[in-house]
Amino acid sequence: MKRIISVLMENAPGALSRIVGAFSQRGYNVDSLCVAPTDDESLSRLTIVTHGDDKVIEQITKQVNKLIDVLKVVDLTEGAHIERELMLIKVATRTESVRAEVKRNADIFRGVILDVNANNYTIELTGTTDKLDAFATTMGQCAEIIESSRTGVCGLARGERALRP
Amino acid sequence: MKMMSGAAMVVEALKDVGVTHVFGYPGGAVLDIYDALFAQDDVKHVLVRHEQAAAHMADGYARSTGKTGTVLVTSGPGATNTITGIATAYMDSIPMVVLSGQVPSMHIGEDAFQETDMVGCSRPIVKHSFLVKRAVDIPEAIAKAYYIANTGRPGPVVVDLPKDLVNVADEHPYVFPNDVSMRSYNPTEKGHPKQIKKAVSALLKAQRPVLYVGGGAVACEASSRVIELAEKLHAPVTCTLMGLGAMPGTHKQFIGMLGMHGTLEANKTMHNADCIIALGARFDDRVTNNVDKFCPHADIIHVDIDPASISKTVNAHIPVVGSVDKVLDQIHEQLVNQDLTAQQEKLADWWQQIEQWRARTCLNFEQGEEVIKPQRVIQALYKHTNGEAYVSSDVGQHQMFAALYYPYDKPRQWINSGGLGTMGFGLPAAMGVQFAHPKATSVVVTGDGSIQMNIQELSTCLQYNLPIKIISLNNRALGMVRQWQDMIYKGRHSHSYMDSMPDFVKLAEAYGHVGIKVDKLEDLDAAMEKCFSYTDRLVFMDIAIDQNEHVYPMQIKYGAMDDMRLSKTERT
Repeated sequence: MKRIISVLMENAPGALSRIVGAFSQRGYNVDSLCVAPTDDESLSRLTIVTHGDDKVIEQITKQVNKLIDVLKVVDLTEGAHIERELMLIKVATRTESVRAEVKRNADIFRGVILDVNANNYTIELTGTTDKLDAFATTMGQCAEIIESSRTGVCGLARGERALRP
Repeated sequence: MKMMSGAAMVVEALKDVGVTHVFGYPGGAVLDIYDALFAQDDVKHVLVRHEQAAAHMADGYARSTGKTGTVLVTSGPGATNTITGIATAYMDSIPMVVLSGQVPSMHIGEDAFQETDMVGCSRPIVKHSFLVKRAVDIPEAIAKAYYIANTGRPGPVVVDLPKDLVNVADEHPYVFPNDVSMRSYNPTEKGHPKQIKKAVSALLKAQRPVLYVGGGAVACEASSRVIELAEKLHAPVTCTLMGLGAMPGTHKQFIGMLGMHGTLEANKTMHNADCIIALGARFDDRVTNNVDKFCPHADIIHVDIDPASISKTVNAHIPVVGSVDKVLDQIHEQLVNQDLTAQQEKLADWWQQIEQWRARTCLNFEQGEEVIKPQRVIQALYKHTNGEAYVSSDVGQHQMFAALYYPYDKPRQWINSGGLGTMGFGLPAAMGVQFAHPKATSVVVTGDGSIQMNIQELSTCLQYNLPIKIISLNNRALGMVRQWQDMIYKGRHSHSYMDSMPDFVKLAEAYGHVGIKVDKLEDLDAAMEKCFSYTDRLVFMDIAIDQNEHVYPMQIKYGAMDDMRLSKTERT
């Protein structure tokens, strides 16, 4: 089962490698990883998407929590939460009809065309992983995908719950 | 404010955290630190012959005292040579700080001479590590390293020091931090009161309880509290390989070590128990055998300071996060108001059953008239040391014999590499023990395979006049490998024997020590007596033992805890 684990950690050299290391060392899966400093620059927030049964997820949160640089760990999927991922996707648009179809689909998915060239469009799309997957499939059907890049999921709990030091 | 060089800061900070001994080996990147060491007498430096041994010495020092062991090595090969020693300490949760030299900051990443990414290399086997970036940060990094190493679940910490930071020519203000508290590191020591209540009620309800005691009870000096709980409840106690000594080996409620080579009574008691309280033990695979068949009738109370150890392999019904000593104090507080006079009577049936298992005397062995049995050697060792020696072991059959046939009455008396199973650990560990306890008897139980993995330290022993006693059980083979090959590989002894053994007596003499060879049973006791009569010399006893002996009892793979072979022909 897919889980979104959010980690609050010291924004210190080596902290990220320790977390990634803990995953590979213990054979846990990393489906996506997203990390950046928070509003407090001494802290980083990392969101990791993984999958496994309850026992594995419990071990993951405990092992990550055990790392000295880590302040807090929460499994966002345990409660109501918001998740978003950003994708940039570049597709070949060599003919008028393809260009029109790409534009139409981008509008339907509420994507933004960021770059236009003679032969390709680059589109930005934000949403859940499912939405991005669906858009990529649609693009693949109406045009040739040249390349794409995704940020991985980031998320927050809904309501009062928050990950604070 | 004192001004001093980075190198002097390293030494000053070591003094401020109370370090007495540093085990190390000099080299390019740490020459400045060595120069600072030369200028003082407070911190004693022990010059080893191989950096791996330095780590094991610091480890033996730590295991026998509870204090953090310290290692100092140069960059590159000096640092990487400590990796096995760090991993050994990590697996057994031993407090250790490794100070490693690093190439100058401006050359990091250039593949400079003797450069390795030590923080990276050691990352999976340390509790934490620091790559110090500024000289003024040295005192804080060292203070934090010692704080982290010896609080919570102890473990090794690496401090990597680039050479430009410790340059003796540059002076910086030295400020040792009064407080090293960290917002991201606050180990839970006291158990949750609700969980304590649940644990106490489960213990009082139990008809067939057992205490399963591990290295965590040794680490936090909880031995007296363990004995108290056992006696209050009148419950049987088993110890893991790492927990031996936490319950006196000669105590009548002690039923022996449990696990793969545990006693029949310990494994039977565990399997049939209705309540198990694990105290600083981690249900590892060398204990549980097949986890699906593990102790089917028991409510499991798991006390451990590391939440990640709880329900990792075996599900705990009552998890208690906290250090064993604090949690036992809390349990004792709850027991004060309880009337426990009926406990003994309540558990009478349970003890009757346990005594029946005990009556099978699973540790009996047939000595015969000529060839010396390894078990007999350990019994002789026990007798000649009055059961009071620090026994450091290597890894293999001799390790199991030393665990089973020498009852340890005190914690920290038994020193061995339990988790990692590091051959070559014994001799340097015993040296660390001897440095920490100069007057005590420090013994190594080893074999012809293990001893050759760090034999060079015999030279260090001479330099520091360490009167260690090496009891080498020489079976001309890698005994444990050979045993498995006998049992599983139809006796095909693939590379498990050595036909080019050195003359160990001459070898000991070449290093300036005393060597004694024993190959007849009738000579064993006299030789042992002679060995311990040399109070100021290292003695190497090369004892020829039965090559075909196996370690029993032994759990049968994929079985329950109590599915065991009791000898080459009997099983449960």
